[in-house]
Amino acid sequence: MAKAATGPRAGIKTDTATKNGSGKPLDSLTEKRQSADFPDVDKAIAEYNARKDSQLAAIKKTDKELLRKMLYEMVLSRRFEEKCAEVYRMGKIGGFCHLYIGQEAIGVGAMLALEPTDMVVTSYRDHAQAMIKGISPGSVMAELYGKATGCVGGKGGSMHMFSKEHEFYGGHGIVGGQIPVGTGMAYAAKYKNTGQVALCFFGEAAVNQGSFHESLNMAQLWKLPCIYICENNQYGMGTSQERAMSIRSIAKKGEAYGMANEFVDGMDVMAVREATLRAVERARKDGSPTLLEVRAYRYMGHSMSDPGNYRTRDEIAKYQERDPIVLFKDSLQEAGVLAEKDYEAIEAEVKDVVEKAAQFAEESPLPDTSELLTHVYA
Amino acid sequence: MAILTIRDALNQALREELIRDENVFIMGEEVAEYDGAYKVTRGLWKEFGDKRVVDSPITELGFAGLGVGAAMAGLRPVIEFMTWNFSILASDQIINNAAKMLYMSGGQFKVPIVFRGPNGSAYQVSSQHSQALEAFYGNFPGLKVLMPSTAADAKGLLKSAIRDDNPVVFMEQERMYGLKGEVPEGDDFTIPLGVADVKREGKDCTIVARSMTVPLALQAAERIQEEFDVSCEVIDPRTIKPLDIDTIVDSIKKTNRLVIAEESHEFASVGAEITYQVMDHAFDYLDAPIKRISTAETPMPYAKNLEELALPSVDKIVAAVRQVSYL
Repeated sequence: MAKAATGPRAGIKTDTATKNGSGKPLDSLTEKRQSADFPDVDKAIAEYNARKDSQLAAIKKTDKELLRKMLYEMVLSRRFEEKCAEVYRMGKIGGFCHLYIGQEAIGVGAMLALEPTDMVVTSYRDHAQAMIKGISPGSVMAELYGKATGCVGGKGGSMHMFSKEHEFYGGHGIVGGQIPVGTGMAYAAKYKNTGQVALCFFGEAAVNQGSFHESLNMAQLWKLPCIYICENNQYGMGTSQERAMSIRSIAKKGEAYGMANEFVDGMDVMAVREATLRAVERARKDGSPTLLEVRAYRYMGHSMSDPGNYRTRDEIAKYQERDPIVLFKDSLQEAGVLAEKDYEAIEAEVKDVVEKAAQFAEESPLPDTSELLTHVYA
Repeated sequence: MAILTIRDALNQALREELIRDENVFIMGEEVAEYDGAYKVTRGLWKEFGDKRVVDSPITELGFAGLGVGAAMAGLRPVIEFMTWNFSILASDQIINNAAKMLYMSGGQFKVPIVFRGPNGSAYQVSSQHSQALEAFYGNFPGLKVLMPSTAADAKGLLKSAIRDDNPVVFMEQERMYGLKGEVPEGDDFTIPLGVADVKREGKDCTIVARSMTVPLALQAAERIQEEFDVSCEVIDPRTIKPLDIDTIVDSIKKTNRLVIAEESHEFASVGAEITYQVMDHAFDYLDAPIKRISTAETPMPYAKNLEELALPSVDKIVAAVRQVSYL
């Protein structure tokens, strides 16, 4: 447990003579977080317990089919990514491969609070989000395999899933590069008065890019219906948030632009859903944007080639105690809307879907060589 | 035909396209209330209002990226950079997003956007405001790069650029905004992209010039005609990418000599690319090595005499033509 007097860096030696500008010893900036000392997790647990009754009430008010779909999409995201890791190690997937495991509640909670006509743009951690927005698991897996049947015909790969049909404006490979794009999507919705909102995902490391700040300024200045969702998985590649950001709260950065903002528990899908619904309402009512900081935890490495030696097993285990799928499943059972056999049925269905997706990808043809030079110009 | 400055020809093109298509909007620094830093957008905000002509904060990456997203979602933004020098801040959005979106999305998301503004040097604005960036942007598949040198070309090409479904890099030249020329009447006057124009016919030596060097090449051609009785053909590709190499090659087959005059630095320039393509298509037709006039390989100096020394000039082009003509 955290001791209030010592904080997360308790026990780190401070006797080094070399100091940096922050006044902290240089050593401490490269130290891993210390085991058995995760006040964030304890705080999240306390807050979760405190709002449990209202969460259960919200579950009871929500359509049962939707609740089942939310759980299904979370389980599908998890098992799909596990399959990706498996086939990546077999050499079936090339290039980079960033997995969503641990962050499922964010994509599901946020996107299932939208209308199908609403627009979404995201970062390179996009496999699960593409599926949640409606792209079929088969065409996402085929894209990962670099096959002609992939959702962009094998031209994008892991980081670049797109679907015009499903208003999915892509996975983007440059950290923060999609934030102005999402802002422009919202600009178009307002310009054409379509009533759509744009939902723009990015990681916490993107918040240090200028694109984040330039976008928030314009969105608030011009009242654009954009919902900025910072998926704070706490690590920008191997650098923890506290080693990269001068203040801890990302939500508060919205204040600098006069933008509505909320901090949300990213392990609680219902909390993400409720916060997104509030943001959607603001966006549709008067076109005003929102910044949501949704804190989760990235279970896996940054990508498949990440050895993960910048954090401890204890740390990962501590965060996994609040697994978003387990939390949601338990709440659904507690609310009496899900039986164990319903969950087992979801797992069985997902297993089948994932296997079929992999088989589809495996059996699909490579892109025709004539495709090399198509779609360069319209 | 009306006689217009390049500035007014561009203004007319913007105005006509704003009227023609309600999805066209203009965004940039000082484009609205201030009437444009170089007055290219003069009067448009008053006529079309806040929705169509939008003053942006000084946030190049931000509004370039906003334009990309808006274009993906169905609008046709015209994004003004006060100068192309400032586009470097936005180059991630132009290169990584605008240029690649159609390909990355397997043909699903078009990005019909025009990025425009003055490129190259002005009058003693020194090193950070004098760069010619066409070779840089020309290096990325997915972008089209245009560089008009006359009022008619400016209008016709800008209208085509706005109607094009691809991201277009439209490069003007500050020194040329006041240059006058005949412009055909009518809202439907456009010039197809990717088609070079022979600005002066000749038979002894080809000069390929673009943007600011076109008027210089034409003056050089007149002087060479008078002094040496050598007849120069001046070709303006107008579109740098896609490049109309056929028109250049056809000219070289007639003249057997080539001088390239360009404002950018010489290393890895568009002139270098033209040189390679001419080697590839017309090596056997050349009677002399190709000669190229570019801006000196130095950041642009401020002092007037040094700036003049760094830039292409009529004298330098005349000397180059003499060299390839063995005069």
